[in-house]
Amino acid sequence: MFNYILKRVAQSGLVLLVVGLVAFSMFRFVGDPIDNMLGQERTVEDVERLRTELGLDLPFIVQYGRFLGDAVQGNFGVSYRQGRPVSDIIIERAPATLELAVVSAFLAISIGIILGVFTAIRRDGWLASVIMTTSLIGVSLPTFLIGIVLIYIFSVDLGWLPSFGRGEVVQVGFWSTGFLTKSGWLALILPAITLGLYQMTLIMRLVRSEMLEVLRQDYVRFARARGLSERVVHFRHALKNTLVPVITVTGLQLGSIIAFAIITESVFQWPGLGLLFINAIQFVDIPVMAAYLMLISVMFVTINLVVDLLYVFIDPRLREGGL
Amino acid sequence: MSLLEIDELTVEFPTRQGAFVAVDGASLSVEAGQIHGLVGESGAGKSTIGVAIMGLLEKPGHITGGTISLKGEHISGLNTAAMQALRGKQISMIFQDPLTSLNPLLTIGDQLTETIRAHLNLTQDEANQRAIELLELVRIPDPKTRITQYPHQFSGGMRQRIVIALALCSEPDVIIADEPTTALDVSVQAQVLALIKELAREKQVGVILITHDMGVIADTTDVMTVMYQGKVVENGLTSQVLGQPKHAYTQSLIAAVPRPNERMHRFPLVSYGGRTQDFQIDDLARNWNKTEIDANQPLFEVSKLTKRFLKKSALLPSSQEYSTAVDEVSFNIQQGEVFGIVGESGSGKSTIARMIAGLYGVDGGSILFDGKPVTGVKDLSDYRRQIQMIFQDPYSSLNPRMRIDAIIGEPAKHHKLLSGKALQKRVDELLEQVGLTAAAGKKYPHEFSGGQRQRISIARALATQPRFLICDEPTSALDVSIQAQILNILKDLQEHLNLTMLFISHDLPVIRQMCDRVGVMQGGIMVEQRETEALFTNPQHAYTQELLSFMPQLKGI
Amino acid sequence: MFNLTLPERLDRILKSDFLWRLSRSPVAILSLLVVTLLVLGAVFAPWIAPFDPYDSASLDLMNGFTAPLTENDFTGQQFLLGTDDQGRDVLSTILYGMRISLFVGFASVLFAMVLGISLGLIAGYLGGWVDTIIMRIADVQLTFPSILVAMLIFGIAKGVMPAEYRDQMAIWVLIIAIGLSDWVQFARVVRGATLVEKNREYVMAAQLIGQPTPIIMWRHILPNVLSPVLVIATISLALAIIAEATLSFLGVGAPPTQPSLGTLIRIGQGFMFSGEWWILLFPALTLLALALSVNLLGDWLRDTLNPKLR
Repeated sequence: MFNYILKRVAQSGLVLLVVGLVAFSMFRFVGDPIDNMLGQERTVEDVERLRTELGLDLPFIVQYGRFLGDAVQGNFGVSYRQGRPVSDIIIERAPATLELAVVSAFLAISIGIILGVFTAIRRDGWLASVIMTTSLIGVSLPTFLIGIVLIYIFSVDLGWLPSFGRGEVVQVGFWSTGFLTKSGWLALILPAITLGLYQMTLIMRLVRSEMLEVLRQDYVRFARARGLSERVVHFRHALKNTLVPVITVTGLQLGSIIAFAIITESVFQWPGLGLLFINAIQFVDIPVMAAYLMLISVMFVTINLVVDLLYVFIDPRLREGGL
Repeated sequence: MSLLEIDELTVEFPTRQGAFVAVDGASLSVEAGQIHGLVGESGAGKSTIGVAIMGLLEKPGHITGGTISLKGEHISGLNTAAMQALRGKQISMIFQDPLTSLNPLLTIGDQLTETIRAHLNLTQDEANQRAIELLELVRIPDPKTRITQYPHQFSGGMRQRIVIALALCSEPDVIIADEPTTALDVSVQAQVLALIKELAREKQVGVILITHDMGVIADTTDVMTVMYQGKVVENGLTSQVLGQPKHAYTQSLIAAVPRPNERMHRFPLVSYGGRTQDFQIDDLARNWNKTEIDANQPLFEVSKLTKRFLKKSALLPSSQEYSTAVDEVSFNIQQGEVFGIVGESGSGKSTIARMIAGLYGVDGGSILFDGKPVTGVKDLSDYRRQIQMIFQDPYSSLNPRMRIDAIIGEPAKHHKLLSGKALQKRVDELLEQVGLTAAAGKKYPHEFSGGQRQRISIARALATQPRFLICDEPTSALDVSIQAQILNILKDLQEHLNLTMLFISHDLPVIRQMCDRVGVMQGGIMVEQRETEALFTNPQHAYTQELLSFMPQLKGI
Repeated sequence: MFNLTLPERLDRILKSDFLWRLSRSPVAILSLLVVTLLVLGAVFAPWIAPFDPYDSASLDLMNGFTAPLTENDFTGQQFLLGTDDQGRDVLSTILYGMRISLFVGFASVLFAMVLGISLGLIAGYLGGWVDTIIMRIADVQLTFPSILVAMLIFGIAKGVMPAEYRDQMAIWVLIIAIGLSDWVQFARVVRGATLVEKNREYVMAAQLIGQPTPIIMWRHILPNVLSPVLVIATISLALAIIAEATLSFLGVGAPPTQPSLGTLIRIGQGFMFSGEWWILLFPALTLLALALSVNLLGDWLRDTLNPKLR
């Protein structure tokens, strides 16, 4: 088991190195960093000075090493567009995105699993059919359309909830939170539903199909043949086996929530990392793009690592076979 | 009054083409302490009866007629809750595959105690105690420790015994065992059957043993029922039915069973239901380029053949772990003879066949064909043209997306022996010769039965006029009557076309019917190698003796 | 030889379970109808659209903001679905927009399919280190949500390409970005199916006569691993259309000179608060109808081709 964990950690490190290489290559080769930083009016001395300062005269591998070293310390250089250190901008923006992501992920996973189990167990019931059909509409509705529809109904038409921004925020240390004010919560409702809805339908459909698959297995048939009650068969035998594949995909879905936050933030003008990133792409602000890429890959890799470890706790077959 | 009485039971599955009648007015009864064998070929409806008794018919299948009664009370048509109370409590079921019957994520103790507590009013501790007793009863060693283990920590035979323990949790009156030993090796099969027999006697349980295996029926059951296409054709005491079968179908079935104690020239084919198709060996032999047999020169000389498989991959070659599947095996195959290799699963017999076929590389030793080496040689096309193979599973050996004529024509086309019209003509002839029609060439594999597919497989193997044929368990996926037909065909081929054969099987009676000489494999080693009759009448090695002792004796046939 | 004549083929298709099942599913028929109509509308847009929305000569700014089926205050012209701020007929912009959306959708799925099937087949059949490398890359990429990968590729391409080509190449960049972000699905499924198929005895029969590896992969394995691909391709098509719309909506996709449905929605969103709802509503409904019916078809296909799931 220890080997297994060690192997996973090593793999995660490798992934981060590769992503770092992509981020660095972007920084180094997409456009000329000097052009981007100095603009039109510059002297030869300026160029030379900056070149040495940035280490562009060093061998590639050394530059990559320095980039990684800087990245570990949270130093991603200066935004081309805003002229401020990227790390400052990210610290300022991160709380908004994380709060949004956590609330939507909670909604998506809890409701998704409950509905998935329900539709699998009652698969011939009318309510399950209604939920399944609705979910297909959910999958077909692009996130931004969900956001627009919600804004139209609850902000434009009914005027109940704000259509943009995060409301009043309270500064707790470096963290700016919207959880402590009423307007903060009100502003969170629509974006959180928008972001969570799509993931929820995906998780629900996945749980349903995995559970149906498990319910067809011999050991479920045998459990029924032994006269165990349907409740025990469903929740003791089937659910646990369903969770094994569901956990992987749910892990991936959590990653998607952070990515889809870009869309939600754009629709609701939510001042988070996603909005920052989409603006960076429009203006080819490479340091911000690179930093964002590194940051979320650390998040993704961590999520995946946690998922792998969860497996070990659920599946006894992984526990003692070294794998 | 019998313990379990089934009267005129009919089960239907509605399909696009109308209702499919899986069970058609079947009647049978089971007494306490009695093992009732339910035998028939695939699709005869025997498993459907078992599932119908349990009330677990897969939708849209349903009972359309007749009754099932337990101790005089009707149980067919009970509602779900009542049926659930009955299942496990009074009727239990054992499924075929012990590997998939247990929940992999729960310990066997958890699965036992939950079942016990579902039926008996016991505390967790009492249930645990009872679970340990049950494991002792089915002879799991050291039950106190093993009860905390997960299914994957047990061997296949042990798992099937745990499944039996689970079925016994609440002391049921009836146990339905659906092919309980088909997935097990012969030695394990004998132990499990003995256990079932003993439990039936001791606990006075009525057992319905569903099987396709006449050997199991003969050695284990007291009473038997023979089914054919959903109908019961004959029932009675096992000794009577086997000894003096009355119905023509039972007679044909019993005639087709390979005898363990004597070698027959051909299987007597009692035709029933018009299913025998003629194999036109004379026609085939007329156009065959026969190679004359030279008895002094062996066709194959195999020496110290070794194969290792990677068990654990690692970056460093030194830390990689291998398992030896075949360990320095040597034998010769004479021209025109049938050489058999017999052994249990995992003994390495199929690996040998695949190395000879050139499908697997060789990790040691050499193979000489007609005096020329075939290992370590780059261009094998000349060798490949002279060998062909017949595979185990007729459902997987034909590419489902290719037409029959393309499948049969492929080897000859690949070796550039024939093309165009000549090829089509050869394919049509072959189809007729193996007992199909030329029109069959325009169809796809799924339109044929298992036996027909195996004939197509044979036609494909014959298209290049090979000298050597490898048969890897060619009949183990087939019903006995079809098996008899295919084995007869293979015998014809060997006699009339001077073919040399390597015949791989786990089935000793089949080996006895087919082979001139036999090698016995155990754990990658060939422990004994002798003339077939000598091996069967006077086995030398302890393992061979053990294998032969497990062979069903077909008493009373 | 060994080829079916056309009538034989037709006969097989007509007698197949597939059509029979289709005929029994009103939802599937309806979806198929909607998809067909929309695709036809897009293909023949230049002939059936009432106006050419990108021909500046035919545009009249006076027609701007005309509500659906009402007469314009100044010109008296009527438009079935109204006009936008520039006076463009919304119906025509939708028809032309669908061309871009569908083209990007189909092309990127095709790209992802070819890439994914080839790599999955190679990884599954050859195994060993080839498999390890391909599937590691796939795993890493799967960690990153496809929409993000597409955005990154789009961003990088934008940085690399000279400004004057950006708009021109935007569509192709989109196709590659979406395609590259989606190949993993195909590769994983094809690899999984290949692992099963390669151990079947018909493959052994082909190896036995010494057929070369590429032929075995192409002739024997490929046809047997394609049916799950069809399902994934359909679902991917819906995803690709949505991805394209999303990127365009965010302003990192189709340029305003070649607006897709997503671009139209982006434009329409600006008029949501001021009451010109039709500029937003109709493109949004079209996108929903398209994505929903493709998804419904995919769902039905999955159930049909995988009978045990029913």
